[in-house]
Amino acid sequence: MEIVGSRKPAADEAPILSLYRSAPQVEVILDDFERFAIDRLLVLKGVSDGLSRGKKPEEMEKLVKELWRTHMGHPDASETRNKDIISHFILRLVYCRTEDLRNWFLSAETTLFRCRYRLQNLETQRMLLAEFDFPYKALSQAEFEVVKEKLVQVSRSIGLSPNDAAESVFFKMPFEEVSDLVSSRKVFLLKGYAYVAMSQVSSPVTKQFRRILSKALELTNRKWTSISQEKEKNRLTPIVESLSSSYLGPDYSQHQESSEISLRDIDRLANNSFPPCMRHLFEKLREDHHLKHGGRMQLSLFLKGVGLKLEDALTFWKAEFSQKVGTERFDKEYAYSIRHNYGKEGKRTDYTPYSCQKIISSTPGVGDHHGCPYRHFSEENLRAALTKMGVGGHAMDDIMQKVQTRHYQLACTLTFEAVHGISCDTGVNHPNQYFIESRKALELKRQPTT
Amino acid sequence: MSNEEILDGDDHMQIDGHDSELQRSSKVPQGFNADYLKVYYGKLFPYDDIFKWMSYGNAGKHPACDPSYFGRREFSFSLGNDTYCRYQSFNSVTEFENSIKKNCPFKIDIGPVYRLHPAKRFAYAQSGSDGFAPVERELVFDIDISDYDDVRHCCSGADVCTNCWPLMTIAIKVIDTALRDDFGFNHILWVFSGRRGVHCWVCDSRARRLNNDERASIAKYFHVYKCGESGFKKVSLAGSVLHPFLASYTDVLRIYFEEKLLCNQSLLSSEDRYEKILELVSNKSITDELHDKWQGHRRSSNTEEDLNITRWEQLKHVLQSGKQKGLRRCVEEIVFLYTYPRLDMEVSKHMNHLLKSPFCVHPKTGRVCVPIDPAHCDEFDPTTVPTLSTLLEELNKRGDNSESSNELESTSLGQYITMFRSCFLEPLLKSCKEEMENAYNANLQQSRNSLSW
Repeated sequence: MEIVGSRKPAADEAPILSLYRSAPQVEVILDDFERFAIDRLLVLKGVSDGLSRGKKPEEMEKLVKELWRTHMGHPDASETRNKDIISHFILRLVYCRTEDLRNWFLSAETTLFRCRYRLQNLETQRMLLAEFDFPYKALSQAEFEVVKEKLVQVSRSIGLSPNDAAESVFFKMPFEEVSDLVSSRKVFLLKGYAYVAMSQVSSPVTKQFRRILSKALELTNRKWTSISQEKEKNRLTPIVESLSSSYLGPDYSQHQESSEISLRDIDRLANNSFPPCMRHLFEKLREDHHLKHGGRMQLSLFLKGVGLKLEDALTFWKAEFSQKVGTERFDKEYAYSIRHNYGKEGKRTDYTPYSCQKIISSTPGVGDHHGCPYRHFSEENLRAALTKMGVGGHAMDDIMQKVQTRHYQLACTLTFEAVHGISCDTGVNHPNQYFIESRKALELKRQPTT
Repeated sequence: MSNEEILDGDDHMQIDGHDSELQRSSKVPQGFNADYLKVYYGKLFPYDDIFKWMSYGNAGKHPACDPSYFGRREFSFSLGNDTYCRYQSFNSVTEFENSIKKNCPFKIDIGPVYRLHPAKRFAYAQSGSDGFAPVERELVFDIDISDYDDVRHCCSGADVCTNCWPLMTIAIKVIDTALRDDFGFNHILWVFSGRRGVHCWVCDSRARRLNNDERASIAKYFHVYKCGESGFKKVSLAGSVLHPFLASYTDVLRIYFEEKLLCNQSLLSSEDRYEKILELVSNKSITDELHDKWQGHRRSSNTEEDLNITRWEQLKHVLQSGKQKGLRRCVEEIVFLYTYPRLDMEVSKHMNHLLKSPFCVHPKTGRVCVPIDPAHCDEFDPTTVPTLSTLLEELNKRGDNSESSNELESTSLGQYITMFRSCFLEPLLKSCKEEMENAYNANLQQSRNSLSW
């Protein structure tokens, strides 16, 4: 893909959806490069969030429609297609570089594709099959007659009317292509072949999409690391690298059901799994029975993200603060702001816990304990804090080196790795992410090896 | 009395005839220990057959054969001192045989074929699909009768008898048929697990190449249970029409239920038994009615067998009379709950799951893990499977006047080896050979084509 000046491609008859099999021979201006990427990233982030919240397929389709319209929409259809394809290829560069990044991108793009495909009407879906060189042909009338009765039976067993089966087009393909439909017994199987209805064809098409993209990502990774990264050192590389580290991951404002925590556990959790910034705030709170505004915000939103329920949060903060200012004053002056954080007061915004970027860029003053220890502590205090967490020797040196070169998040990643003894490929971008990864790592250690 | 007649009987039977000297020396007390195993591995374990199977045709001279194939298969040994040795691999049948004879493992497990030789697994830094990862592994299933404890009354836990074994028979029939008819597999080996269950090895090349997701989807296709409140198993066959897979077995299962289980397990003869079945009917007025009817029953002229049958007919009649919606499926749900195969999903889902090798000896029972012919699984009786001591006795009986090649055949293990070869190994190897030759010729043709203008 040549990126030189600014020239729009000719109005094309390109289809609505693409398998992105080859990069377009088109020119993009550098400004558009970043803008397109961010817009698509917002869509993918929305998809990824939806998945992690367990949205059902119909809800996901609605979500995708909305996200696509908001971020990728354009009055001119060919512009949309243009942006679609270009932004995809840009993000391939960004997300090809580690296995975790590839997996995330693969999962989000595959879901996006599936939803967009299913949002098309059946006629368009059929056309797209031809466009995608879909390897399986529809059943001939003769073939259909042989299995018709069984197909009707399957149709009825999944709640469709028998007419749907009678009128539908069916495709015969190896059962491996439709594992999800096999799992839920939504297809008829005969001698190793699955008979897939038109309404179900999104399943093998999406599988094909995923296969193509997975291979392409591996290839892109090799090409990028061996050739382009160096070649584009002054132009694309800085944009690409900043895109993947800019905070566009989950916002941890809604914790998962399984991760709710209780007050009993909080000290233990703080000791084992809180990142340094939150450990410090927590310790100071226990020590002084007070925190100033900045610290209250940073810690209480973090605790919300970790799974502390509102009632427990109020109990917790009250227990500490009342030792300094008394219960009456707590109720009058501080309880409100906790409730506000949880979206129960005022304009009821459910505030999201702060990301590392936000915390690093904050400006704690005298008497404040919030902020990022790697940035805001003195070297001496930082060493002391890390030693308390069990970091020593080589790891400490590496971390200090990162701090000196102002790579605070990398320093925190190294801390995580030193404390837990495992590597953290995605890097630390958010205190709640640190917490979740920590719980995962500790859980893994608890399980007996098979 | 001939020697055979005496020895065919119970090992603890009193022997009071002539030839007592000979009998005493050939008699082998029941048990399982390293000494017995040594003899078993020395004379009876079918190394060559296992090697041929695991080579899938690669042990030949054809140019398409991959000589590294057998060596990339993982085996694992459980040794007597509670040691478990994984990642054992062998480059030839001789290495395989020598290692087993030397180590005398209490159990041999078979794992997947890896991309690289297991001994070299640390030499490669990469992980994931480029590094040390499984590339082939049979599709396997494990059915354990202790998973059926909630529906059998004759035994529980590790015990098994001829009254509850039909549950395994029906499981074999259903799964075997479905694997062939629905999934198109042909090379399927069923093996007695030695105590209380069966293992299934699907060996078609297509099956060996399935990834974890595909294996999980096949296991889920076979899965019918939901766990109700407090883990109580329940089958819900919702919908007005069943998927053809389930529909095709409703009759077979019902026949098994009515002809074998109903009476063998006396499912309806006493209150605590029929309570369990009535619990599955969601209509209180019906269950109350039947409860009253059966509780008051005092006629002793009926045999217990008749009682079970009569009551079942009554239950069916009420449920199928169609008065209440949602009860029409109730009969099938009960039948399914009692008879439908219960698979261990975790065993099937992962390519790297290790599973016990056929022809091992089970430490707790001394029985050999022999193959079962699915076409004749009705005739299989777990209580007559040869044990280690029986086999040793048979070997002793022959004395020293036999050639080693005939030893195997002369014991009761012989028929199982023959069956393994004729029903499974020979067709499999034939098919592997064809596949290999076809693929080779196709490749050859392709390269010829690309060379020509």
